[in-house]
Amino acid sequence: MGEIVGMTGDESIAHAVKLCDPDVIAAYPITPQTIMVERLADFVYDGELDSEFIPVESEHSAMSCCYGSSIAGARVFTASASQGIALMFEILFIVSNARLPVVMGVANRALSAPINIHAGLEDQLVCRDTGWISIFCHDCQSAYDTTIMAFKIAEDKEVSLPLMYGIDAFIISHALEGVETLEKREVEDFLPPRDPLYVLDPDDPISVGSLALQDSYYELKYAQEQVMINSMKTIKKVQEEFGELTGRYYNVINTYYAEDADVILVTQGAITGTARTVVDRYRRQGKKLGLAQVHVYRPFPEKELRDALKGAKVAATIDRSITFGAPGPILYSDVKVTTSNGGPIIQGFIAGLGGRDVRIEDIAKVADRAFETAKTGEEPSKISWVGVRGVEF
Amino acid sequence: MKKMKSLKVTELTWDELPIAGIVPEPATSLAYKTGSWRGGFKPVINQEKCTRCMKCWLFCPDMAVLVSKEGDNLRLDINYEFCKGCGICEKECPVDAIEMVRE
Repeated sequence: MGEIVGMTGDESIAHAVKLCDPDVIAAYPITPQTIMVERLADFVYDGELDSEFIPVESEHSAMSCCYGSSIAGARVFTASASQGIALMFEILFIVSNARLPVVMGVANRALSAPINIHAGLEDQLVCRDTGWISIFCHDCQSAYDTTIMAFKIAEDKEVSLPLMYGIDAFIISHALEGVETLEKREVEDFLPPRDPLYVLDPDDPISVGSLALQDSYYELKYAQEQVMINSMKTIKKVQEEFGELTGRYYNVINTYYAEDADVILVTQGAITGTARTVVDRYRRQGKKLGLAQVHVYRPFPEKELRDALKGAKVAATIDRSITFGAPGPILYSDVKVTTSNGGPIIQGFIAGLGGRDVRIEDIAKVADRAFETAKTGEEPSKISWVGVRGVEF
Repeated sequence: MKKMKSLKVTELTWDELPIAGIVPEPATSLAYKTGSWRGGFKPVINQEKCTRCMKCWLFCPDMAVLVSKEGDNLRLDINYEFCKGCGICEKECPVDAIEMVRE
């Protein structure tokens, strides 16, 4: 086991990527992901990391380079945020259909306009339909650990899908925390070299990127969905193996005092940490509050979430995202559909857009609202925005 | 790579199609006879007029002009399995040796 090192979220990802020894890194710096790219560029320049570092001119090019390199058989890493992900959006679908295990670190940042560099999970959540495995981390340690697991999950031959994992802008990306590190040898034992499903090779020619019209597109999408659903098995297996290696066990849904809870907070990302503190406070007061963190978001852990929520009266979802004009925000909608055949009342909350601080008092108020709902048993008719000036919640 | 069970994709189920929609073997276009795309007219070369200048061979977007030897001379013919009937050869022929005729 390595030593404990003080690192920001961005640095922890860069250091973990270094241990995974990618063949190609193609990335364009964007706040607040910049330090991931800067550190990796340093490692390559200083000779500590033997990767091809491609300083591309845009995120569209970054993802396109990842596509080409990955088809050539390379282990590939990139990183982005917000507008950068918006710019690479069209290539995301192409990479996933091609079954290429590109790994992308995301510093989750609110989308423009108005321009804002702070936390928002929309940039990654809107990629829910791109066919990428999607994971949200809650601190620097989970960012470090998820990086190493990400390559193993994505490159597993049963999976061979791209994977993105996020850390909230600044709240995690720039927050300094003690991170328990791994040694190069441990990661080498854990993460075998990539063995691609197929590769562009002049001696064994194939064509990629072919047209598939009414006669085959439909079947290919069905096949892609089967792979995505089945990837859950590999994700759990890798989490288990990582736990055996490090003693740090992750779950697709991380629960905290959920078993006997009347009210469960359903969270993603950095809000999870604050919500834990609220759970601790309420438990000290004898109130049965619990927590279910949706750590793996695609494939969506339906069964595991239903199991986590099954004893509760109310589940309060906290979305750090907005989807305009929808029946509810993104996490809320997924949780609601998952529990539509029975389960607790789902009460939806939006909080912290554009990096607005989500304080302990805010989450306590969410919990209080949910306890009121549990008492009346009446499902609230609308989504509540936490702390918007001029709106009671 | 494992070859496809059939080059007719409509004969393949979702789990028989190649991974990620790749084409796992080379030169499969040879099995795809695009000559059926012609819309009623085909180019015919008048061998008497043809000077073997090769312009039709050069301009054909589908490499559907066949070149062979006839004694000491070259001979140009149209490969109707792949000619889509676009008429570029007729347009480019400098000696009007190619005519689009109704099929």
